[in-house]
Amino acid sequence: MQIYLPIAEVSVNAFLLLGLGGIVGILSGMFGVGGGFLMTPLLFFIGIPPAVAVATEANQIVASSFSGVLAHLRRKTVDLRMGTVLLIGGLVGAGHGVILFNYLKSLGQVDLLVKLCYVAFLGVIGGMMFVESLRAIRQTRSGKKVPKRKKHNWVHGLPIKMRFRTSGLYISVIPPLLVGVLVGILAAIMGVGGGFIMVPAMIYLLGMPTKVVVGTSLFQIIFVTAFTTLLHATTNYTVDIALAVLLLVGGVIGAQIGTQIGTRMQAEQLRILLAIMVLAVCFKLALDLLLQPSELYSIGAVGGH
Amino acid sequence: MLFRLIFLLCLVALPVRAEEVVLGLSSDRVRITATFEGSDILVFGAVKREGPIPQDPLDVIVAISGPSQPLTVRRKERVLGIWVNTDAIEVDAAPSFYAVATTGPLDQVLSNVEDLRHKISIGRAIRSVGAPGSIADAQVFTDALIRIRENNDAYQMLEGQVALDEQTLFRTEIGLPANLTEGEYLTRIFLTRDGDVVSQFETVIDVRKVGLERWLYTLSRQQPLMYGLMSLAIAIAAGWGASAVFRMLRQGG
Repeated sequence: MQIYLPIAEVSVNAFLLLGLGGIVGILSGMFGVGGGFLMTPLLFFIGIPPAVAVATEANQIVASSFSGVLAHLRRKTVDLRMGTVLLIGGLVGAGHGVILFNYLKSLGQVDLLVKLCYVAFLGVIGGMMFVESLRAIRQTRSGKKVPKRKKHNWVHGLPIKMRFRTSGLYISVIPPLLVGVLVGILAAIMGVGGGFIMVPAMIYLLGMPTKVVVGTSLFQIIFVTAFTTLLHATTNYTVDIALAVLLLVGGVIGAQIGTQIGTRMQAEQLRILLAIMVLAVCFKLALDLLLQPSELYSIGAVGGH
Repeated sequence: MLFRLIFLLCLVALPVRAEEVVLGLSSDRVRITATFEGSDILVFGAVKREGPIPQDPLDVIVAISGPSQPLTVRRKERVLGIWVNTDAIEVDAAPSFYAVATTGPLDQVLSNVEDLRHKISIGRAIRSVGAPGSIADAQVFTDALIRIRENNDAYQMLEGQVALDEQTLFRTEIGLPANLTEGEYLTRIFLTRDGDVVSQFETVIDVRKVGLERWLYTLSRQQPLMYGLMSLAIAIAAGWGASAVFRMLRQGG
């Protein structure tokens, strides 16, 4: 069944969209990631204009994170104070990200920026996760104990300290603010929630306990992506609600299935699978940049409107 | 309906030219609904003439063009090992859709001078005022624009697709793709003899989003903040609703 998307002005198969949403949903349920970093490139591949894909994906992330946040709030695994600090950074970052996005769009370089961001971040994160989980698997095999992480690093030497009771931390607000800004920029440019950057940063950089990390990052993501959606809707008119709803319905169902699969697998195996997947997407995007494209020319609107 | 149309046109038509086009369209309005899959427009008509049929064979050209927009065409080049958009030219006006159907090869049914005057061939329908001095091969950019759009069926060259009977009745079918931009689609019919245009006729096909599509589109342009908030609300409700339903199903089953 073909459906005409009112804002994207393209006609696509509704079942294709539901299926895409479902597959990405399964993956995100299995690995506990938002899936935006997979969905946005997939939307490019099926011919949705990049600007619409990024803006609509932000809208979809709000919705798919919403039920997650509610569950975490019920379990009290959200550090509201830390979430708010990350959020302030995130809103600042998202605002600047949209300005940067629109500026580069007028130069015709937005696709390049988005793809370079994806290659760089997916490469680094995927590589780190891969190495880490390989080491973890080897250590569990050889029966050695995992060495405990250093509790104090340079982060604890910075000024303007604040107490985060839920996380049991007393640290400077500067690192979480910066993490928030970075994630906000990424949300605006790449159409992702940024969980795949924020979660490792919270664990390794801020030293937050693992049980509050996911809830807190979802809390931040929901507001930052909602803000991004509104910015894109008011400056670019690129949020396609019909597209978002179709992806969402598939995504929510897929996520439920994915969670079921995820509980039957070991954490290290899951992590190494996710790392391989992240590296695969990174590799595909890098190839697109490195190999000569079959069509050297592209058509864009004048002046970035 | 055709007869009524012919009758009306007979009343309106002034007997200035020797040959006139009497036109019919299968529909003069295309409605883009949520399940729009493209639409075939049947263009048919007759040549009305006062005197006998002239000796030279008659040819018919049907051209449909969508709303024109200014565009930027960019070219990628390898910079530091990666492919980056570098050169760009601006095209002042390029129709979002353009189809030309003819009774024979275009270069035989239409002379170059007449093409220049009426801007009928695809290359002429695109208006480009020249490129910045740094780009020597501006024509390559317009060729690329045409190539890309032809691959998407947005530009169609339908040579020999107009059927002409007895030098009088003609008909052709033009497929509008699903990815249509809304607006007024100018439909032009030219009668040519020996490459010269002897008569022309113009009408407009109205392409509009209707219903929900229309409403969403208008809201997103006129009240973007409202639209954004509504998108968020709908998305949250849909996401929450779907997960609640799924939870209930699992608990029930």
